[in-house]
Amino acid sequence: MADSPAVQVEGLTKSFGETRALAGIDLQIREGTVLGLLGPNGAGKTTAVRVLATLLQPDGGHAEVFGYDVVREPAEVRTLIGLAGQNAAVDELLTGRENLRMVGRLYHMPEPSVRSRSEELLERFELVDAADRPVRTYSGGMRRRLDLAASLLNRPRILYLDEPTTGLDPRSRLDVWQMIRALVNEGTTLLLTTQYLEEADRLADQISVIDHGRVIAEGTADELKSSTGGQVVEVRVTNAADVDRAARVLSGIGEAEAIRTSEHVATVIAEHGVASVADAAEALRREQLDVTDLALRRPTLDDVFLDLTGRAVDQEPSSNGAAPDDRAPDARREAMR
Amino acid sequence: MTAVTADSGAATGRAPRITIGTALSDAATITRRYLTHIVRQPRLLVFSTIQPVMFVLLFVYVFGGALLQDPSIAQYGSYKNFLLPGIFVQTVAFGATQTAIALAEDLNKGVIDRFRSLPMARSAVLVGRTSADLVRGFAVVIIMTVVGLIIGFRPQFFGLLAAIAVVVIFGFAMSWIYAVVGLSVPTSETAQAASFVVTFPLVFASAVFIPPSTMPSWLQVFAENNPITHVAEASRALATGIGAVQGPLLWSLAWTVGLLVVFVPLAVNRYRKMT
Repeated sequence: MADSPAVQVEGLTKSFGETRALAGIDLQIREGTVLGLLGPNGAGKTTAVRVLATLLQPDGGHAEVFGYDVVREPAEVRTLIGLAGQNAAVDELLTGRENLRMVGRLYHMPEPSVRSRSEELLERFELVDAADRPVRTYSGGMRRRLDLAASLLNRPRILYLDEPTTGLDPRSRLDVWQMIRALVNEGTTLLLTTQYLEEADRLADQISVIDHGRVIAEGTADELKSSTGGQVVEVRVTNAADVDRAARVLSGIGEAEAIRTSEHVATVIAEHGVASVADAAEALRREQLDVTDLALRRPTLDDVFLDLTGRAVDQEPSSNGAAPDDRAPDARREAMR
Repeated sequence: MTAVTADSGAATGRAPRITIGTALSDAATITRRYLTHIVRQPRLLVFSTIQPVMFVLLFVYVFGGALLQDPSIAQYGSYKNFLLPGIFVQTVAFGATQTAIALAEDLNKGVIDRFRSLPMARSAVLVGRTSADLVRGFAVVIIMTVVGLIIGFRPQFFGLLAAIAVVVIFGFAMSWIYAVVGLSVPTSETAQAASFVVTFPLVFASAVFIPPSTMPSWLQVFAENNPITHVAEASRALATGIGAVQGPLLWSLAWTVGLLVVFVPLAVNRYRKMT
């Protein structure tokens, strides 16, 4: 058992009516590491976490947490896990301290431990001053911190954080990141779901990109970035009306179809570095496009996601013509190894 | 600062044995949570207490005079004596709908997910919630008794205590119906609307406000077999000492046990299998 991974998931499937939330995903998390589950809304991230937290029965496949089967041994699994994020909430009418103590009691911890552990966590998450105020008076960031504290009461061997910073303002997001970082540095085993590429980049050792209930790529952030097989040529046009034309121009010089990433910006993966930029510049001049910026840069995880799925991470699946299946995700995944 | 995943006292994965003791202590923790909610929402507390008191005053002073013409009410000396033991039942029946509303809200906010991810007894959230209703129902019935005594309700002391016990325990059983409702609807607003659809006909087409004998015959059939009627009649007979006790009392207990036997497993099963 000591050698078994913290989490082992094989061929997990789950459908809700006609919708296939999980279409057979495989995941593995080694103890002491952080797995980032990265994907857009509706990709199946939350469903995966719910199965691993024993909240949801899968239709098929197999999932184990430290060797315990989530379907057959849910009670054992529950003693090992901590859950925070969009799937778990704190009580609005209780104070921060009351929330933590309640959770501690429900873990059947002895009362002195409930108290000392609650104080320890209030301190750690900088909630001591607010400890006796009802949670409904807390800011979004404070709630997430309390939520995180509640998930740690039992000193879980693995922590699931389901979109821990979704909906937070940038400053609170940084605070929460810092606190998660500290947990990671202490060796906490973590499953983190996120739709923020930056979040996965900062916090995760391994990243599994999931889309339509399947893992379409996996590796470290660096591996994923280099998997795009080139650099990114990015052009920013002066007039938003020109952006589609600019994308067509870039498609002509790049390795794949260019993608419009925002109102004024189109990008393409290109293999020839400066030569590709020169080609792009020449082509743009010929088309007489008014350009404010033309750049060559290393791909970010955003580019990786775009490259894999043909759409930005926060875009709805239907809003772009390129269906991910057309892009043979499995072949890409192989190429990445 | 201590490492969060330190070995000492860390999660073990040992099969947590849920005994009667831990199940009760989990339920007590949850009951305490919900009672704290009631106390922390003073306005809700005030209005939800005023509402049944308002019903008493309206019915007594608006309909009381007219209804006293009916000999089956006149035998109680005043409409207050007829109404109060019955309106206790209305109070707990409406109070029990809080279980549906609270559970639906917890479900929506993700609080239930947190509880379900903890190694606590699967019954605790529901037992805790319905017990909180029981405590609240008892408190409101006491307040109504005091209001009743002030306006001239004259019960028999020990009979009144027995009546309150029968009513409050029946309310606890009703809470389990609403637990199923609360776990089956998408929002707390729906829970409230759905609960009222169940509760209104039961309460009004019953012996709470008037004897069923004055109703059209088809409605009489419903009213006479309505559990609220049995409990209201039992409560009235116990509190006033007028009318037969045994029949309505046995029916009340049978309904109470029957509701628990059906709805407790249904609700717990629903809670276990939530998605």
